[in-house]
Amino acid sequence: MNSLPVEIVEGGAEPLEPPDAIEGRSPWQLAWARLRRDRLALACLIVIALIVIVALAAPLVAWLTGHGPNEEFQTTGLTPDGLPRPPSRAFLFGTDDLGRDVLVRVVYGARISLLSGVLASSVAVALGVVVGLVGGYFGGLVDTLLARLMDVVLSFPFLLFAIALVSITGPGLWVSIFVIAFFSWASVGRVVRGQTLSLREREYVEAARSLGAGDLRIMFVDILPNLVAQVIVYLTLLIPSAVVFEATLSFLGLGVVPPAATWGNMLSESLGYYRVAWWFVLFPGAALLITTLAFNLLGDSVRDAFDPRGDRLFRR
Amino acid sequence: MLSFLLRRIVLGVAVLWAITTVVFIMFFVAPTHVAQTIAGRQATPETVALVSHRLGLDRPILTQYLHYLWRLLHGDLGYSYYNSTPVTTLIGQRVSVTFSLAVGAAVLWLLIGVGSGVVSAVRPRTLADRAVTVSALFFYSMPVFLLGLVLLYFLFYRLTLAGVDLFPGSGYVPLTQDPVSWAQHLALPWLSLALVTAATYTRLTRGAMLDVLGEDYIRTARSKGMRERRVTYRHALRSALTPTVTQLGIDLGTVLGGAIITENVFGLPGLGALAVQSVVQQDQPVIIGTVILASAFIVGASIVVDIVYAVLDPRVRAH
Repeated sequence: MNSLPVEIVEGGAEPLEPPDAIEGRSPWQLAWARLRRDRLALACLIVIALIVIVALAAPLVAWLTGHGPNEEFQTTGLTPDGLPRPPSRAFLFGTDDLGRDVLVRVVYGARISLLSGVLASSVAVALGVVVGLVGGYFGGLVDTLLARLMDVVLSFPFLLFAIALVSITGPGLWVSIFVIAFFSWASVGRVVRGQTLSLREREYVEAARSLGAGDLRIMFVDILPNLVAQVIVYLTLLIPSAVVFEATLSFLGLGVVPPAATWGNMLSESLGYYRVAWWFVLFPGAALLITTLAFNLLGDSVRDAFDPRGDRLFRR
Repeated sequence: MLSFLLRRIVLGVAVLWAITTVVFIMFFVAPTHVAQTIAGRQATPETVALVSHRLGLDRPILTQYLHYLWRLLHGDLGYSYYNSTPVTTLIGQRVSVTFSLAVGAAVLWLLIGVGSGVVSAVRPRTLADRAVTVSALFFYSMPVFLLGLVLLYFLFYRLTLAGVDLFPGSGYVPLTQDPVSWAQHLALPWLSLALVTAATYTRLTRGAMLDVLGEDYIRTARSKGMRERRVTYRHALRSALTPTVTQLGIDLGTVLGGAIITENVFGLPGLGALAVQSVVQQDQPVIIGTVILASAFIVGASIVVDIVYAVLDPRVRAH
């Protein structure tokens, strides 16, 4: 480039450069701009941020109330008949069947829910992306084998199988996370594979190959960025289902081992007390529902932000 | 058509075989102490060895595997470790409960889901549409056991307190014994399973209906003066139901294998409850039996769905 013509233009009446208004924006910028205008999505983001903060601040809540998450208050926390006490100044959310503070336990439960939800769906998405990319890119026998593998995983009665697996390994947080990830990756893998099948025929992939790019580079540098939008949508929608999955395992007594508090095992314990202690159901239940709702609404908005024409369940 | 059918069935059998193999590896190769568990904690090593020999656990793994497959092929799922009843008998006692629950709930969720989906698609962006989409998302985010607890509190506990003894809180009465009581016992489980599942159908139906209603043949039907009602139900809904068929197959296949959570909350003695109970008791033959039966339902349902699809849409067959 020589600088001479530019100087001549600058000396002229108007610069030939395009005005700012039609400056090219990446899909990311477009999506972010759309998401920022979406008040519902922002509300969900704030709710999620609050839940995260509360989960992080769980020890603080325990310190402020003076009640440990597993501490049993036999006298102050239970009625003389040994029943849970309703919400009061000492126990803002009431107590459970063992005289423990429901508020503190709900707050600690948020940690388990978020940790397992985010971690399990991240692992599932990562695994799904790798398997889908490899299958879709290489095709042939590799693809057939991987596609059949996904068929098998998707044909598992996953909850039943999760239960059976837990019966061998024994319950626990990490087993739960593994089980959730194991039964969630195949659906992501299927979508990524389908996309990769069509993307690998594009000219830019051919161009990269003719420039001497290796398979790994083409898969992860040339093809993967085109899938990121979909992957992010999947991630936001997988998180709430992973949260529910974990709560379900805990509810059946096959998740995190008591006395550690999770929303699922609190609800399971409340099954025997819902007649006399509504707070025992309401607070963990509401926490669970608010979390899944916020993530589902956000996921819907994120999908909408990346693909405004797509079907959307919730319209403002 | 025949070759498509055959290919689909062979694939289904292969998937089932893969699942049974995984289950075998999980339970027979994994280091669990089956013989010790059965013989009891105080058993002498000789007793444990005897139990192990009786169960064939001292044979080479490959022999055990072939034996296991052979028995499976003959529909023999072995005996429960706890009461020595054949697993097939145990399952047989429970099938009718889960079947009642699944079919009733499926009818309900189809009615609710497809109905609300049509309502919101026919009048997009109205109050009705918004109400439907909001409640669909609400129930979509709702875990079944939470909804079950809420229904139990209001429709069982509060209603019973108010003197209306309409819905029992738990238990099961066979249809042949007392149809009214059967329906009463199942009403709340049906409702909680159906509401949570229906949300997906609302979404599918609404999306498909909106697509179809924009098609040329709908415009043609309208322009020849056909009533709007007929256009909606005869023309649009019929082709908009295709994705629903797939979803119904998947969901029904899953629920038939045991609606684990619903059965647990409402104390229904179905297949899901059997599975959970056998896990708690470490009763491996029963666990394996229920897992295999549930997989068979899912695989079977997906084959039926593919066949229905192939009948509806000839393009699928060539694929």
